[in-house]
Amino acid sequence: MSLLEVRDLSVTFGGWRGAPPVEAVKRASFTLDRGETLALVGESGSGKSVTALSILQLLPYPAAAHTPESSIRFAGEELVGAAPARLREMRGNRIAMVFQEPMTSLNPLHTLEKQVAETLLIHKHMSAAAARTRTLELLHLVGLRDAEGRLGAYPHQLSGGQRQRVMIAMAIANEPDILIADEPTTALDVTIQAQILQLMRDLKDRLGMALLLITHDLSIVRHMAGRVCVMTQGEIVEQGPTEAIFAQPQHAYTRRLLAAEPKGRVPPADPTAPVLVEGDKIKVWFPIRRGLFRRIKGYVKAVDGVSLQVRAGATLGVVGESGSGKTTLGLALLRLLDAQGEMGGGIRFAGHDIAHERQRRLRPLRRQMQVVFQDPYSSLSPRLSIAQIVGEGLRVHSLTASEAERRRLIEETLAEVGLDPASAERYPHEFSGGQRQRVAIARALVLKPRFLVLDEPTSALDMSVQAQIVDLLRELQARYGLAYLFISHDLKVVRALSHEILVMKDGEIVEAGSTERVMTAPEHPYTRALMAAAFELAAVPT
Amino acid sequence: MNDLPPPDEAKAEAKATTAVERKDAAGIVTTARIPGQVLPPAGDTFLGRRITPLTRRRLDNFRANRRGFWSLWVFLVLFVVSLFAEFIANDRPLLVRYEGSFYIPVLHDYPETAFGGFLPSRADYRDPAITQLINEKGWIVWPLIPFSYRTITDAPGPFPAAPSGTDWLGTDDQGRDVLARLIYGFRISVLFGLALTLFSSLIGVAAGAVQGYFGGLVDLGFQRFIEIWEGLPVLYLLIILATIVEPNFWWLLGLMLLFSWTGLVAVVRAEFLRARNFDYIRAARALGVSDGVIIFRHVLPNATVATLTFLPFILNGSITTLTSLDFLGFGLPPGSASLGELLAQGKTNLQAPWLGITAFLVLAVMLSLLIFIGEAVRDAFDPRKVVR
Repeated sequence: MSLLEVRDLSVTFGGWRGAPPVEAVKRASFTLDRGETLALVGESGSGKSVTALSILQLLPYPAAAHTPESSIRFAGEELVGAAPARLREMRGNRIAMVFQEPMTSLNPLHTLEKQVAETLLIHKHMSAAAARTRTLELLHLVGLRDAEGRLGAYPHQLSGGQRQRVMIAMAIANEPDILIADEPTTALDVTIQAQILQLMRDLKDRLGMALLLITHDLSIVRHMAGRVCVMTQGEIVEQGPTEAIFAQPQHAYTRRLLAAEPKGRVPPADPTAPVLVEGDKIKVWFPIRRGLFRRIKGYVKAVDGVSLQVRAGATLGVVGESGSGKTTLGLALLRLLDAQGEMGGGIRFAGHDIAHERQRRLRPLRRQMQVVFQDPYSSLSPRLSIAQIVGEGLRVHSLTASEAERRRLIEETLAEVGLDPASAERYPHEFSGGQRQRVAIARALVLKPRFLVLDEPTSALDMSVQAQIVDLLRELQARYGLAYLFISHDLKVVRALSHEILVMKDGEIVEAGSTERVMTAPEHPYTRALMAAAFELAAVPT
Repeated sequence: MNDLPPPDEAKAEAKATTAVERKDAAGIVTTARIPGQVLPPAGDTFLGRRITPLTRRRLDNFRANRRGFWSLWVFLVLFVVSLFAEFIANDRPLLVRYEGSFYIPVLHDYPETAFGGFLPSRADYRDPAITQLINEKGWIVWPLIPFSYRTITDAPGPFPAAPSGTDWLGTDDQGRDVLARLIYGFRISVLFGLALTLFSSLIGVAAGAVQGYFGGLVDLGFQRFIEIWEGLPVLYLLIILATIVEPNFWWLLGLMLLFSWTGLVAVVRAEFLRARNFDYIRAARALGVSDGVIIFRHVLPNATVATLTFLPFILNGSITTLTSLDFLGFGLPPGSASLGELLAQGKTNLQAPWLGITAFLVLAVMLSLLIFIGEAVRDAFDPRKVVR
């Protein structure tokens, strides 16, 4: 008998106002044995998180409902419909969960000690002193440095990786039999990701836990999981040993998922093309003001002395982890950061010096330099239709003589990015994430720009959708000779699109060169750690 | 997952209608529907205008709050009826037929001589002589209540007279019919409230928008100004004004407006401070859109959500303000119909309980209706409420 047996699990969310109910999970069945790692893989909306939450009965009942055949057996005991008191005994004790967003999963008003000790006090009925000792043990175990000193720290005083370690400490506090990890590293940087995954593997071995890993990242699955279940649209379409599935996927969807990594390389750029954008020792410093008179005590040097060149028709990839200053660099190049930081250095666009121009004089130039943002959900104004969003730039720059011409241009651009022009009157929320990103690209493209800053345009999208967007961007570059500044932390995507790469850390460039060279033979130790973490999920100490 | 703070509304809406991308033969990506999931029709309309599914959900939420929904209908009916006060309670008949032709005294003045009277002065239809002349050669259609708010009725006994067959709610201490005054008073209270709410909202939203969008010194300076401004004593200023000028509807409106616009500023400021960092604002700036256009086209529609939830309560407060002023005697000029004045009379004439009770009941019902409507509007805009 397996430790966890899930059979015919179905979850439906009640419809409102007559709309039919949504079947989030349809008859999912899998088992988990002691000491095993099982991965639930799928794209967003496939139902994997809902499955994980069902195990601990954490869904919003009665809005969510299970069918009568749904069965989740833990060590022989049925969990679906179990008494709340019994479930409370299980949660955090026999089965523990680690969530995706460490910032919102920790109570912002409780110190670390209080949060970790809470689960000890509830389940083990320890005294405060004993709980403190055990908390310190756990924090050492998860590798939190200077645990003694940090007991009184609040979540916002820790970095993302440290918060996730605290969450893991909370989860393993009572030595559970099963640890459910719901996308535990998605919100973290690549190097930290590797460390956290290593930690989870070590803890699993040491404590003899079973690990249920929910993720959309196939490389994590390859490195961590012994068995894998592939989910799509609420159904498990394929399950089995990881090696077998990756080597010989049976189901069409699995095959598509495995093939969906951003692939290909850019065709080589023309080295004689003119330099379109040039940055000379760009500086963006944010002043830190302290004291009664708000005196400037120091600066946060978000971008410190970065020089770069982008040629027409080529892509410069800017790579770095969160906090490295890459987004700030991109926005600074477009002069979108004026109100916020102190800027220095020179920026030249097509020969014009734009670093010191007034905003009003820049307006005509804005046609030629555009931006696509990261989050497709917040980069489109929710109350305007797609046609209005795409047409706004045309209106501002008076690029069309008549309404009919504007309409035609909008529809042409929508078709070019792969959207149905008939849907132009719909609102953004009626489209999926990938489609919204296409709309954002259309918005930039309709002005026929020469330079496009792409600020992590694929980070919020699923893998297969990422590949499509990358293809689209490559195609548009080839057709229109666009220059891209592609900012990303995802090295696979950068490799597929960039001619040259800049690696940034703490506001400075640590390495620059052609994509080929930097990817295959990195020189700087930080770059090497980055490559190792991204492609092999190896945690190399820097 | 559901313990997270509610995401941005647009995000919630987008995730709720997940769609799968498919490429058709031409390589164009279309939305395929997940079987069993319903995407709302593209042509959803309300009152003739296209609305988004988000708006549809809010309207449904509002309708689901039965108390608020019916309160809105009751209030609207009462308000519309009171708009026609001249046709319901008037000392001039609606229609007079005399010697074969029709006269509409409600709308026009006719001399006595038109009905065979003696003097060429304006016909007083309350004079039994005139009515007798008319009834000899025609008929009169009176409005429901044959008194205006100024008419002194000839009720028996000392004023205030108790409710009787002619004066259904009695008369006040000057002999005027209470029911007629109620109807006119209700109308003017609500109109004042609406006007005050509208104008103070406009000013408040504009001020909040400027503060929130530009931030920095503008915000700081404005906030300090508002703090000082709110510290001014409104009532004293009104008293001073009353000694200089006889305050009428518009003067009162203007003065109250001077002090009530600050109500919405904080909320709108917060919305703008939040919204100005959104990506779509940055994208609009990157397109070269000017600040003013960004405020109007992008940020303002999103800030109206918070504003709308406050409006019924502001309306409530405005009506109460006028009533309080009238009660104290600093409001509308004497002689005008108002609920506050009726309340004041009720206070001084405790031996005539119909005055106080009527005024209290009408005020209580009216304000309660508005509160119910306000609660329903708040529920409608609550992003967490999904009606089953």
